[in-house]
Amino acid sequence: MNTHFLQVQGLKKSYPGPGKSPETVIFEDANFNIEKGEFICVIGHSGCGKSTILNILAGLDEASDGVVIMNEKEVSGPSLDRGVVFQNYSLLPWRTALQNVTFAVQARWPEWSKERILEHSHRYLDLVGLKGAHDRKPSQLSGGMRQRVSIARAFATQPQLLLMDEPFGALDALTRGVIQEELIKIWTESKQTVFMITHDVDEAILLSDRILLMSNGPKARIAESVKVSIPRPRKRTDIIHHDNYYTIRNHLVDFLVNRSKLVSEDESAKQPYPKEITFPE
Amino acid sequence: MFNSIKLKSALLSVVLLVLLLGVWEGIYQAPQDSKPLTEYELLMGGATQEARVPPPSEIIKLGYEELSDPFYDAGPNDKGIGIQLGYSIYRVTVGFLLAALIAIPVGFLVGMSPLMYGALNPFIQVMRPISPLAWMPLALFIIKDSEISAIFVIFICSIWPMLLNTAFGVANVRKDWVNVARTHELSHIKTALLVILPAAAPTILTGMRISIGIAWLVIVAAEMLVGGTGIGYYVWNEWNNLNLASVIFSIFMIGVVGMFLDMTLAYAARWVEYQE
Repeated sequence: MNTHFLQVQGLKKSYPGPGKSPETVIFEDANFNIEKGEFICVIGHSGCGKSTILNILAGLDEASDGVVIMNEKEVSGPSLDRGVVFQNYSLLPWRTALQNVTFAVQARWPEWSKERILEHSHRYLDLVGLKGAHDRKPSQLSGGMRQRVSIARAFATQPQLLLMDEPFGALDALTRGVIQEELIKIWTESKQTVFMITHDVDEAILLSDRILLMSNGPKARIAESVKVSIPRPRKRTDIIHHDNYYTIRNHLVDFLVNRSKLVSEDESAKQPYPKEITFPE
Repeated sequence: MFNSIKLKSALLSVVLLVLLLGVWEGIYQAPQDSKPLTEYELLMGGATQEARVPPPSEIIKLGYEELSDPFYDAGPNDKGIGIQLGYSIYRVTVGFLLAALIAIPVGFLVGMSPLMYGALNPFIQVMRPISPLAWMPLALFIIKDSEISAIFVIFICSIWPMLLNTAFGVANVRKDWVNVARTHELSHIKTALLVILPAAAPTILTGMRISIGIAWLVIVAAEMLVGGTGIGYYVWNEWNNLNLASVIFSIFMIGVVGMFLDMTLAYAARWVEYQE
């Protein structure tokens, strides 16, 4: 009856206030859909509940209201169908890079032979450019390399939906650029559906098909859904020359600076969120 | 050659040792040749002649004799130092391993479940400060065997540090790692074995190290009480014989063995350590 790969309807997260004071609503009435193979980025100020939405999609957190439906089934609890790349990498420090990946591969396909698991894991580590570092422990890897291991671990399990919580937040600009390009490469090959949180407007434009903009919390909303109408394949050096690049960028920045505050105050409007915004190519 | 700190400290250690033993040797005065005893002194059993703490040379000589034949057995009151230490190490090992067998799983349970933590914590807090030797009379009455009672005392004193450290380590495993296990749909048992155990292992090993240290302290006292065999009994027996050289030598050996026990666990701890 529905044709969307992932549907989020009326999602809300709130915490009970102390004593009899009213509850604190982090965000409410979050509605959006994701199609198969789409790359979605979410941008919003700190505290608007981006990470909470991601954790609910991952099944690590529970919503106070609303549903998440993936493949026509309601999401409850974590699952290997939804891979997560955490902001702080979350590698197991007593395992080598390779063992961190085999850990996931083995969990995904327990019936596989040792050789097959190893072969599969090696392949994904090579794919993120970690040739020669397979046997190093996370403590012997740089921040960028750790995040690559984490990405390899997530992609290796071939989840139906990949959730990334500010994966490049802790990296320097140069490393970030390199890994973004690698991410595009892997994503193009695997046609994975990705839901990613970022703070970086340029990163969002470079990577995503659609950008969800969240207004400020408390009572945050997913206010706008902006289509990134720039053709692929995209390169960081080329997209800035595209006519839509600055139109979209200005729209996003304007939202973050000016309009993100207003949405939550604008209770009377009662318009259905998010507003769909498309700039013609 | 003498520029590394390690070498310099080793050299300084030797200098300090020689200095200490030299002073000790120097202040020792051999008992003067006793003049013929008066009738009164004879009646008093020559009590004016003091026993003196023997000099290091005498202790080293005794030590050499003892260590060149550590395992002789000439009846219940005359066994080599190796045999006595062996008994003590055996009791400590058995009591310690039994304690680990219980403390680590229970610690896991307490660490993983706030409910169990709340339920068991009052017991642990009351039991922990009890001197292990206070259990001895009760143990002797119930078990009716001094050997097993000594092991029980070791068991009861090693269980608490291991239990508390395991619980602490398990409860403080980083949430991210547990989330990794959850997103990979690991079962509870697999999560415990693949994520929580390796993450908490360094803390657990620290608990084990504290436990074996305490166990080695307690066994000496326990053996003084139950008697029969063991290094604690040996020290007390040599005191009764007023053989002070033997007492001092045993004290030294207790220190050496304790150090080795600690080193063994420190070495084991290196296997499970990880850097974040």
